[in-house]
Amino acid sequence: MGRELTLGPLDRQHSYVGRNLPREKAKRAVRGRGRYTDDITLPRTVHAAFVRSPYAHADICEINVEKAIAHPGVVLVMTGSEMKEMCTGPWLGTLSVFETMKTAPQYPMAVDRVCWQGEPVVMVVAESRAVAEDAAELVSVVYEELPVVAHKEKALEPGANLVHKELNENLAFEKVIDNGDVRKAFDEADHIVEGVFNFGRHTAVSLETRALLASYEKDTEELTIYTSSQTPHMIQAIIAKTLGLPEHKCRVVAPFVGGSFGLKIHSFGDEFAATAASIKLGRPVKFIADRLESFLTDIHARENKVAGKMAISDEGEIQALEIDILSGVGAYSQYPRTSVFEANQILNITGGPYKHQNYKARMRVAYMHKVPTSQYRAVGHPIGNSVGEALVDMAAEKVGLDPIEIRRRNVMEDDSYPRKTASGIDVADMSHQACLETLVKRMGYEELIAERDACRNKGVFRGIGIAAFIKGTAPGPAGYYGAGGAPIASQDAATVKIEPSGNIICSVGVTDQGQGVDTVMQQITASVLGVPEGMVRVIEGDTDATPYGGGTYASRATAIGGEATYQAALALRAELLVIAGALLQANPEKIDILNGNIVDAGTDNIRIPLSELGRIAHFQVAQLPNEIEPQLSHTKRFRLRDALYIFTNGIQGAYVEVDPDTGFISLLNHWVVEDCGRVINPILADEQVRGGCVQGIGGALYEHCIYDDQAQLLNGSLVDYIVPMASEMPDIDVVHVQTHTGVSELGSKGVGESGTGAAPAVVMNAVNDAIRPLGGRVFEQPMTPEVILKALGKI
Amino acid sequence: MEDEKIQIALRVNGEEITARVEPRMHLVDFLRSQLELTGSHLGCEHGICGACSVRLDGVVVRGCLVLAVQCDGAEITTIEGLTESGEISDLQEHFVSRNALQCGFCTPGMLMTAAELLERKKSLPREEIREFMSGNFCRCTGYHAIIDAIEETMNDRRSGVQ
Repeated sequence: MGRELTLGPLDRQHSYVGRNLPREKAKRAVRGRGRYTDDITLPRTVHAAFVRSPYAHADICEINVEKAIAHPGVVLVMTGSEMKEMCTGPWLGTLSVFETMKTAPQYPMAVDRVCWQGEPVVMVVAESRAVAEDAAELVSVVYEELPVVAHKEKALEPGANLVHKELNENLAFEKVIDNGDVRKAFDEADHIVEGVFNFGRHTAVSLETRALLASYEKDTEELTIYTSSQTPHMIQAIIAKTLGLPEHKCRVVAPFVGGSFGLKIHSFGDEFAATAASIKLGRPVKFIADRLESFLTDIHARENKVAGKMAISDEGEIQALEIDILSGVGAYSQYPRTSVFEANQILNITGGPYKHQNYKARMRVAYMHKVPTSQYRAVGHPIGNSVGEALVDMAAEKVGLDPIEIRRRNVMEDDSYPRKTASGIDVADMSHQACLETLVKRMGYEELIAERDACRNKGVFRGIGIAAFIKGTAPGPAGYYGAGGAPIASQDAATVKIEPSGNIICSVGVTDQGQGVDTVMQQITASVLGVPEGMVRVIEGDTDATPYGGGTYASRATAIGGEATYQAALALRAELLVIAGALLQANPEKIDILNGNIVDAGTDNIRIPLSELGRIAHFQVAQLPNEIEPQLSHTKRFRLRDALYIFTNGIQGAYVEVDPDTGFISLLNHWVVEDCGRVINPILADEQVRGGCVQGIGGALYEHCIYDDQAQLLNGSLVDYIVPMASEMPDIDVVHVQTHTGVSELGSKGVGESGTGAAPAVVMNAVNDAIRPLGGRVFEQPMTPEVILKALGKI
Repeated sequence: MEDEKIQIALRVNGEEITARVEPRMHLVDFLRSQLELTGSHLGCEHGICGACSVRLDGVVVRGCLVLAVQCDGAEITTIEGLTESGEISDLQEHFVSRNALQCGFCTPGMLMTAAELLERKKSLPREEIREFMSGNFCRCTGYHAIIDAIEETMNDRRSGVQ
């Protein structure tokens, strides 16, 4: 059989797929030539600063702005009430798929009442940020403090103080699933293990803070926004809707974005206020959050308490799992994505790698007077995996099995798909068994156990952790946002076109924040078309220049945008071969494109370069027969048909050492084996996993937004909020098992959140293995030295 | 505020600069807003993240913890100057080929610190490279690739690879 017949367009000679193409943006960034939002200044730009609430809950009795208005250099002072006048209505952070969900209406700035510390109250716009801050200090606001809801547990007690009186309760949403026969399984179980797990609040800490530059043209109603965003089209839609602007005249550009991690897919009141200021002033207004206001006002995530128990047979078969989730969110449900996803994902994925079919889960989401929470990298997964994998380890210990062996007996078999998880979600194309056996080899598992045991004998407490996981990636429109009514596209699109020069432009709705989304699209396009990578330029992050798309969130860029690009490139390729065939009087099936030239298939004999074809197709179209009408530009869209997500899977391993005297944890080694389907650029995929792991480890060990009983944030600076730095982090070994997804021809799944989703689970399991001989167990993250010492009964 | 401004004269990336600055303006704001050298970034403005690192009279400092008025008579080198001089072109190439940056926001500061390390040490164990780099926050990479790129550059320089 001829080999050519079996080769897909991505496997051909000179394909860039599977190669480590360097990123164009990286070449700029290392020279200090990245262009982030704050690097852009338009003529007559003025700067916004905010007076923010010092209280978590208070009535606004009086605002006096006279001194601020009189301050030299100030051009505008706007209160929350004045901002409200510019809005078409309030935000409601609900989705219709969460039918019984309650939320209070919210405006971009506080009106009459503040509901969290840091909520914007008054905006001051001046010739510089420094002058705006000077004037903001001259604003006086008289507050009357109101009772505060600071704890999620208390929020749901009868007679609790209310976050919003009109809701009559603090419960945002409750959902229960009960699949199989959970009660019977627990009644008949050989063993039951259980625990109550606590997860602290933390936040994204993108190194570039939230940033926006808005410029409004009064005469034409054209608005241009430069903003550090993952989702330009979503921002366009919600800005236009909130401020009553013609959507097609709003252009949103996301230039270089300095980290995002889910933070930058949301609406933030201060950014809407700065945009409103530009409309009012008719001149550009810039707002760059400083680090202190970032801690107070960026979305937070992860605050959950989960009670879990697992039924296990003598042979180590998982028989049932039951969890009860209490999720503590902010004062409002974040518009337009809602604040209930974290709990919902915990419910979806806990115990997800395993075959058991008896699963009961309840989630309750409680409002508090804190900054709203929402989607942060690997939403819910760090929690669900930590709970599920801790219970699996406890079960293994109970029945005397090794952590690898119990997982080997319980993971879904690689030949058993498609199937459903116990939570009822569809999964397919997974490889738990292959990943597990690969991990055992990569870790040198048996030798590592021997080393750990030898250390223990010397009084050095080392532990090995294992955590299998699933990860929801690339959500489809049948699921939450689309069906729920939010203006967030789950489809995405790519336009691939040939220029007269023969070069190729690929513009995509998905966006890049450093992952290398643009490079991945360049590789796909160049491979399909058969051109050198230098002939392809990718455009993203500009609503004026790209087809409509959802942008980048939920590990969707390559899986969704990549398939759209693949199909658009295929369409252009087919057309170019037809045009070339007409010019060359050749059968299009007997010619090919190779290295930027039309060639004879098989012999690679060059017939005509694409530069010539491009020139003729644009300028000398008379050379073509009349029945050929060159389109030269092809747009394709892609979305999932029925599935909620493309679920991926993998497994992580960790090796740690715990100092029982200080409670300090040293990370010695970390391994990841994951299955993101077809890997387009291995080094980019690896680095997504590594960076993701460290972000997960940050939450597992250090990161915590600590609030007091009055819901005052106690550690809102990088001095007090600890993030992972180079010296504490381990090298991370990454392997990809590639089981192509069947939902697309490209076969790629998401990869960006897989490290984050399971790293906390595997580190917690390793820590618990380390301290096992000392008789303690940790159920809490972050696992600070204090938490470790408490678990050991030392404090 | 104009009457409160103070005149300073300094060399930035080899160029003589004379400017009037407010006493409260820190160095990195001066570089970014008055000289339009936007390669140095602001990540925290309280001396933790290292994104604003620049060279002041040959030593790497936090550009957010130094006032512009303190730099009268000083020699400043930013990422733009380091790039122009070619001093770290090998390091920059390793950062790109090893993908030791994602969003790139920390990168100028990271390179500034790494350049200082490479100048001081010809050879260093990996853990000590990590230790030296621990004053620069990167939220994207997890650091592994950054340490690789610095190590590769160190090895190349030691073995005379240009």
